[in-house]
This record gives sequence, structure tokens and C-alpha cells, in this order.
Amino acid sequence: MIRVQYFARYREALGLDGEQVSGEFGNLEQLRQHLLSRGGVWQVLAEQNLMCARNQELCSLDEPLQAGDEVAFFPTVTGG
Amino acid sequence: MAIRVQSQPFDPGLELNALHAANLGIGAVVSFVGYVRDFNEGREVGGMFLEHFPGMTEKSLGKIAEEAARRWPLLNIEIIHRIGRLEPGEPIVFVGTSSAHRQGAFDACNFIMDYLKTRAPFWKKEDTAAGPRWVEGRCSDQAAAERWKP
Repeated sequence: MIRVQYFARYREALGLDGEQVSGEFGNLEQLRQHLLSRGGVWQVLAEQNLMCARNQELCSLDEPLQAGDEVAFFPTVTGG
Repeated sequence: MAIRVQSQPFDPGLELNALHAANLGIGAVVSFVGYVRDFNEGREVGGMFLEHFPGMTEKSLGKIAEEAARRWPLLNIEIIHRIGRLEPGEPIVFVGTSSAHRQGAFDACNFIMDYLKTRAPFWKKEDTAAGPRWVEGRCSDQAAAERWKP
């Protein structure tokens, strides 16, 4: 199981702030492809400037995943 | 080193003076204050909401401050960032750095802001006459952060 969280514009587009996703995913990109395959609103995760984090650390989509990891997908950050 | 992520307003002047008062070995204090503007991208802004990722926000700001402390001879670092509802004119962010001499404090403050803008998980949603809109990331912010790459 992977805990996945969505923030800001993605959270609104998906109508969901987080979920548990079951399945085997070698890295974040495989998890993202799984979510994209749901179609419809999930295409928001296809954005080129999507950012992601594994266990609350920014990472790239080729970051390896392990069961129990916490993943987050979000649009470009705009603080400051 | 202090990191504060808070919904309460803060007084940048008080924060600045406190940074210096903490240590008489300090010869230089540099600060940056970011404010909510009443106009952005061609529209009047009536206020905004700042969303963040609780837990990761504090961690990422701590990592940025630690990296600044490794790269420059600083005596102190303070980062304050507001979350939640903000009105035009209110301070959003305060970054203060202190050192014996000015150059380290200047560079570190600049570095912290560039990294905060591109790596800390905050998102601004503005209220405009045409309804709320999410602020989009800027390429110029990415370019500014790139120049600090070791």
C-alpha cells in the first residue's frame, strides 16, 4: 500500500486530498501511470511541471518506491 | 535557527531587532519581507489563501536553512511563513540572516528565498473579481534558484 496525497489545484481537480493505493510500483512514474489510467480528471497528473515528493522529500519521478511509502503529487510551488 | 509556519500575523520590525539582540558578535543583519500585493497578472487581488503541506513544509524550510548555514558563515537564520487567509498589504514571509560581516548574510538571505520559492510546498490561491485563481509558478523563479547550484 502507498499513501498518496494531492495538493492545491490537483486536490481540487480530483476532489480528493489523499488515498491509499494498492499495487506494486517500482517508482513514482509507475504509480503516476496507474493513476493516469483512471482517465478523466486524472489527466491533471500528466502536466509537465508536476512536482512530487516521497516521504516528504522532493524527488523526481524515477525515485524508487517501497510499500508503506508516502507520496505526494502537486503543482509547481508558489510560496514566498 | 528558527523556522515558523503560522497563521498569525507577525511584525517584521520586531523580528529584525530580535535577530540582532540575540548576539553582540553580529555585525550584519540582512532581511527579506514578502508582502501580499493588491494586483497581480492583470487583475486586482482582494486577498489570498496559502495552502501548504503540513510536516513537509517545516522539513523543507529546515533543510534550506541548514544548507545556507553550511555554505555561509552565519550566526543565525530565521524563517517565518504565513499560511491560511491573508489580506493585501500583509507580510507573507520573513527571512533574516545574521553574520559577522555583510556578504554572507546577503548571499544566504537571497539563496534561502530562491530555494523557498521553488522547493517549499506552499501554494497561493488569489481572490479576484473574476473569482479565485491559483497562482502559477514562474520560470524566472526556477532560473533564480538554478544559479545557486554547487
